[in-house]
Amino acid sequence: MEYAQQPFFNRGPSPLARFLLFSLVALTLIVADSRFKYLVHVQQVVAVALYPLQRVALAPAALFERVSGFFTAQAQLSVRNNTLEQQNLVNAAALLRLEALELENARLRGLLDTRASHSQSAVYAEILYSHRDPFTRRVIISKGLSDDIGQGQPVVDAAGLVGQVTRVYPWASQVTLITDKDMTVPVQVMRSGVRGVLFGIGSDGALELRFMPFSADIQAGDKLITSGIDGTYPAGLPVATVQEVERNAAFMFARIVAQPTAGVNRYRQVLVLSSARPHPENPGFEEPAQQRKRSRKGG
Amino acid sequence: MGVSIGPRQELLLPVRPGFLWFTLLVALLANLLPWEGIWIWIKPDFVALALLFWIVREPRLIGFGVAFTLGLAMDVAQASLFGQHALAYTVVALGATLLRRRLRMFSTDKHILQILPILLTAQAVILLVRLAGGAAFPGWTWFVPPFTGALLWPVVWIVLLAPQRPRIDPEHPI
Repeated sequence: MEYAQQPFFNRGPSPLARFLLFSLVALTLIVADSRFKYLVHVQQVVAVALYPLQRVALAPAALFERVSGFFTAQAQLSVRNNTLEQQNLVNAAALLRLEALELENARLRGLLDTRASHSQSAVYAEILYSHRDPFTRRVIISKGLSDDIGQGQPVVDAAGLVGQVTRVYPWASQVTLITDKDMTVPVQVMRSGVRGVLFGIGSDGALELRFMPFSADIQAGDKLITSGIDGTYPAGLPVATVQEVERNAAFMFARIVAQPTAGVNRYRQVLVLSSARPHPENPGFEEPAQQRKRSRKGG
Repeated sequence: MGVSIGPRQELLLPVRPGFLWFTLLVALLANLLPWEGIWIWIKPDFVALALLFWIVREPRLIGFGVAFTLGLAMDVAQASLFGQHALAYTVVALGATLLRRRLRMFSTDKHILQILPILLTAQAVILLVRLAGGAAFPGWTWFVPPFTGALLWPVVWIVLLAPQRPRIDPEHPI
């Protein structure tokens, strides 16, 4: 006669049952996050709990930077000062022109009786770290909900467009760089005014201008700026420089590779701009707000 | 020919739960450090290693729940897909639970080959989840961290077990 062996100690469900339970929960979370973006509040709670730990983790690097900054050589500083002064001069000249143009623009708009173009407000932020998720191109910056950062705001550095705020935590937010595989930026060729959509391809130094016909007036060296038609990015921000244009009759469209202007991976300081302008309401039907935001991101 | 019965058995002091939680916190901290350059590719997942060690050593104290929670923390910290690390660490916890008794038969250098498949599976789980979500394949360097993690295992074993080794007074060995 066989006896089923009774366990000496009751330890609850078996490892396999626990594994199934927890992996089911994890899969549910993954689907809820990737498809429906439901879990923003849960993530914010975890982010708050994690915040002190993250500050501690970043402290050594910050300390090292401060110390090495203290010992920067005098010569280096003076060279840097020189270049900055020169640049300042150039910028000042451009700024003077800008002021004049802005005045003129305001007058002309007054004449046309249109709404004044949205004035930009900007929040300064520092890149805390770029994390090690190799599937995406994202960085974490040091400002969040507490500084009125909102989802979808464009992020720029001194040279051009860096990316877009995609997730906001209380004291930090996540910026998806324009080089990310899922990012698109509507752009315009500065020289000829041709409009197109710039796609990130997931590698650091390259972007692709897709779906452009052979006849499009684009050459290597052309500067691409945001066209502003998406309502997310304000018009006129430098985005990329065209590197190579390949017109192969075997394909439907020209293959155009561009290099981002901004130091997408190099700089520490960025500016978070307020979104360009509120999107005009769609007259035909009502769309849930979230849906609209996503379609806007998609260009 | 004698049959060797595993490694030399040690008499160890009981673990202090405070030390266990402290090491898990340190592992999380190590994962959150701003790694740069080539280290991003090489760096093992310290949290997975610490989880593996403690679930093998002290299954009564920690298990699936802790692994899952630490995974959620990693996801938020890395701003990756919410739940991917939770799933991976759940896999690690299962591997550790299944391997627990077997590992006691081997010395630490032989553990390496035992735990490598667990770390590789966890890494592959993350990869599969991301590929299913439409991400591009990040290249074979993706699978480097499990190897460095497995090679680091003997060190982990020595360091995390150190507080449990009794201090022997040379004057009075017993």
